[in-house]
Amino acid sequence: MKIHGRVHRFGDNINTDYIIAAQHKASSLDIDQIAKHTFADIDPDFITRVRPGDLIVAGRNFGCGSSRETAVRVLRSLGIAAVLAQSFARIYYRNAINAGLPVLECDTSGIQPNDDIEVRLEEHIALNHTQTTRIAVTPLPEVMQAVLATGGMGPYLRRHGDLVLPSPDQHPGVSGGSL
Amino acid sequence: MVWPMAQTIVERILSTRVGHPVRPGEIVIAPVDFAFSHDGNRPQPLQVFRELGGERVFDPARVAMFVDHAPNAHTPAVARMHQQMREFARAQGITLYPAGRGISHQVLPEEGHAAPGRIIVGSDSHTCTAGALNCLATGVGSTDLALAMMLGKLWFKVPATIRCVIDGDLAPGVYSKDLALHLLGQIGADGATYRSVEYHGSTIGTLSIEARMTLTNLAIEMGAKFGVMEVDARAEEFLRARGVTAYQAADSDPDAEVEREYLVDATAVEPMVAAPPSPDKVSPVAELSGTAIQQATIGTSANGQLDDLRAAAAVLGDRRFAPGVKVFVTAASRRAHLAAQQEGLLDRFIAAGAVIGTPGCSGCTGASGFGVPADGETMITSANRNFVGRTGNNRAHIYLASPATVIASAVAGAIADPRPYLAGVVSA
Repeated sequence: MKIHGRVHRFGDNINTDYIIAAQHKASSLDIDQIAKHTFADIDPDFITRVRPGDLIVAGRNFGCGSSRETAVRVLRSLGIAAVLAQSFARIYYRNAINAGLPVLECDTSGIQPNDDIEVRLEEHIALNHTQTTRIAVTPLPEVMQAVLATGGMGPYLRRHGDLVLPSPDQHPGVSGGSL
Repeated sequence: MVWPMAQTIVERILSTRVGHPVRPGEIVIAPVDFAFSHDGNRPQPLQVFRELGGERVFDPARVAMFVDHAPNAHTPAVARMHQQMREFARAQGITLYPAGRGISHQVLPEEGHAAPGRIIVGSDSHTCTAGALNCLATGVGSTDLALAMMLGKLWFKVPATIRCVIDGDLAPGVYSKDLALHLLGQIGADGATYRSVEYHGSTIGTLSIEARMTLTNLAIEMGAKFGVMEVDARAEEFLRARGVTAYQAADSDPDAEVEREYLVDATAVEPMVAAPPSPDKVSPVAELSGTAIQQATIGTSANGQLDDLRAAAAVLGDRRFAPGVKVFVTAASRRAHLAAQQEGLLDRFIAAGAVIGTPGCSGCTGASGFGVPADGETMITSANRNFVGRTGNNRAHIYLASPATVIASAVAGAIADPRPYLAGVVSA
C-alpha cells in the first residue's frame, strides 16, 4: 500500500462533529455530497485545498466524540490516503480500519502544513521528505493489520467467510492501537 | 464460572462469555446479546449489512432500530432514511422504535433490553449509558454494527479499568451531572480512552437509576469504552419493575488490578458548568455566573429523564423565563414525557415560556432540526457535548450543566447557580 502525500495539519481533540457536523447528515444520504462539508466548521477552505492522496495530520485524540462512521467515510470519499495522529479515539480508530483508511499513531509534533510525507506501513516508519526526518509509527494490532491489508472489513469478511482472528493464540498482551 | 483471579467487571463479563479468563490487552471474539442502530448513521448499518453480504440478522429478537436522532423528519433525506429503516425492520422481523418513542439509551432499559451482564453494541457513542445496569455496552460504527447484526459477535480488545470511588451525599441543588462533569475535569477528554470506567462508593446507592445513567452516559466524553456499575438492591428493583429477572450480574473484586483510582468526596462537589468547546473544560458555576445566555435546552440522553424534568421544575417554581431567552425542553422518552405531563411539569415549562420537543434527541445535535441557536448566541444545555457547531451553528457558544442549572440560568438570563432558587432565596 503506497501512502505518499501532502499534509493538512490539525490540532488536538479533533472531534467527529468538526470532521463532519451532524447537521449535514440531515441534508443528504450520499456520502460524496456530505463530504463537501468536511472540516467546514473549523477550516472552511479545506474542501478547496484537499486533493486525492493527501494526508491528515493531527495531535491527540483524533476522532473523539460520536461513533459516526460518516467521519471516516467522508475522508475516504475525498481520497485521503491516511490519518497520522499522536493518538486516536477508540471508536474512530476501529471505524477507520473497518473502512480501509490507515490510521497511524506516531509523534506528529514536528510535522508542518504541506510537508511531503511517505508512510512505509510494513517498516512502521513515516519519512518526512520536506524536513528529512524519520518518524516511528506504532504497529497496529495484528488483527487490524490483517483487516487493513485486505482493504477493510468487507474484503476481509469475503476472504475469510467469518469473523476470525488472524492466529489462534488470541494475542495476549498485544500493544498499540485502540480496538 | 468463577475464575481463580480477582477481576474487574469488564474482565468478569468477558471471561464468562468467552469461556476463559481474559486479561487487559487481549483480543477476543465475544457474543453480542443486543445490537441496535439509529437514524443518525451515514451510512446506515442496514446498507453496510447488505454490502457485507448480509441476508438475515442473527436473531430478530436481539436487533432493534430507533428513530430518535431526527424524530420530526424535517427534511426529505431524513424522511427517506426513516422509510428505509421501516422497510428493513419489516423484512427482517426486528423491532423498530418509531419517532417519538424516545432515545435508544433510555428506551433500552424501559423495554428490559438492558439486563446485567449483557454485551450490547449500538451505533451511537453514548451506548455506554447502559453500563449503569451492569451491561457491557459500547458504541461502534456502522460497519461493526452491521457485523454484529449479521453474526451476533464482534471482536473486542479487553480494556484496563479505571476505578472511581465516590463517597458521601450530594448537597441539595447538586446532581449526578455535576458529579459527571467534576470527574471529566479530573480525568480529561481523553483520560479514559479505551478504558473501562467503574463507578463505586456510597454515593451511587443514593442515586436513582436514571441519575446513574447520567454518569455512565458521560463516560465516553472521557474516551471510555465502557462505564459500568455493580447491581444493588435499587437496580434490582428497577429491573424487576421492567420484567427483567433472569440475569447474571458481574461484580468487581476489591483487590482486582486497576490502572488508576480516583477518590471523590461527593459532599464537596458543587454545581459544575463546562465551557465551550469541550466537555472537560469545567469549573464551578460560581466562576461563570453572570455570563449572558439567549437559549437554554433541557433534554438529550444525558439529562432528559423524569428525574431531570422534576429537578428543573423544582428550580423553576412559578417563575417565568427571562425576556429574550428561548427555552427548549424535551423528554428523553415518551414514557418520561407522559409522566411529566401527568405531574403537570410540562404545563409549568410551557407557562414559563418553553417550547416542548418531540421525545428523542431533539436539541442535542444540528441533525435533530430543533433548537438551533442563532449566530453569536450563547446557550446552556443539559446535553453531553459542547463542540463548536454541535447544535447546528458554528457561530454559537455552548455551555453544559445540570437541568437545574440550565433552568436557573433561563430564569436569570445568565448562567446562574440553582441553589438560591431551590432555597427560595430568589423570588419569583
